[in-house]
Amino acid sequence: MPATTTKSAFRAGVRDGAPFMVVAAPFALLFGVLATEAGLNLFEVMSFSLVVIAGAAQFTALQLMQDEAPTIIVLVSALAVNLRVAMYSAALTPYLGKAPLWQRACAAYMLVDQSYALSHARFDAEPQMSVPARMSYFFGTCTLLIPTWYAASFAGAALGTALPPQIPLDFALPITFLSMVAPMMRTLPHIVAAGVAIVISIAAASIPYSLGLLVAGIAGMMAGAQVDLWLERRAP
Amino acid sequence: MIDTGNLWFIIITLGVGSFLLRFAFIGFIGDRPLPDWLLRHLRYTAVAVLPALVAPLVVFSGEGGSLDAARIGASVATVAAGMATKNLFAAIGAGAATLFALMMLIG
Repeated sequence: MPATTTKSAFRAGVRDGAPFMVVAAPFALLFGVLATEAGLNLFEVMSFSLVVIAGAAQFTALQLMQDEAPTIIVLVSALAVNLRVAMYSAALTPYLGKAPLWQRACAAYMLVDQSYALSHARFDAEPQMSVPARMSYFFGTCTLLIPTWYAASFAGAALGTALPPQIPLDFALPITFLSMVAPMMRTLPHIVAAGVAIVISIAAASIPYSLGLLVAGIAGMMAGAQVDLWLERRAP
Repeated sequence: MIDTGNLWFIIITLGVGSFLLRFAFIGFIGDRPLPDWLLRHLRYTAVAVLPALVAPLVVFSGEGGSLDAARIGASVATVAAGMATKNLFAAIGAGAATLFALMMLIG
């Protein structure tokens, strides 16, 4: 394959990101529906989706606000659920850290599960990519994804309570996350990381305020890294 | 009912907080090299955090946090299809189809 230009990298990003519209849309739609049911108006729903762009954090905040949890608990829990984006940020830093600050700031705003997962996989597979090409690829993945997030939030808010209640929307999120994770199980460290994270997250589910998620995530990462290190030392 | 003033405080604080989380490394650390051990851990971020996020949602998916056969079945089908095909949409399709089928069967 020829050296990736910024234009071809952008197009590749758009192409790779396009299928994820189908993934992001149901979350945003669901958020719009649930937030409207909780009493938020269209402007509030849209502001929420525009400012935060993080499905899990938005759902967490919405749930806790409805439960009339203290504001500090709402904020800490929603940010804890979203803490993984800091890890994404760190994971992309070796690839994008040399880009101009304004580009990095824009990229940070759009750093979501899908743009991270696609970009990290691509940068890892093509170490010869230039920094501008990587940035172009990253923004390419967001080009359809982020507007879809806004549009589907709007549609959900507009749709409000009109959806038939027998549709099991509650399980859209787990199925989507599982679909993203299953193809990642390529090597032993990946499987161990996921396995440890699953066991601990279930065991720690009663830890309040989503902190179990962090404990399990960190333990999974450590387990994966240890197996990775062990395999590396074992190999000639 | 959600209080409007409080809602806006939460929206804005969450927005700023989320941005700072995302900006933390990529913005503030910049192109300073990261240590090897950190990179080795970061390689497994997604495969650890996403399953940790989803596992309790699957296991405690029933009424009052009980096991829900249809949702467990749908999860198993999603993972099996995802691992077999390496295709996201095959996995989502398998999961959704299984969920609907099991909900019809079980009622």
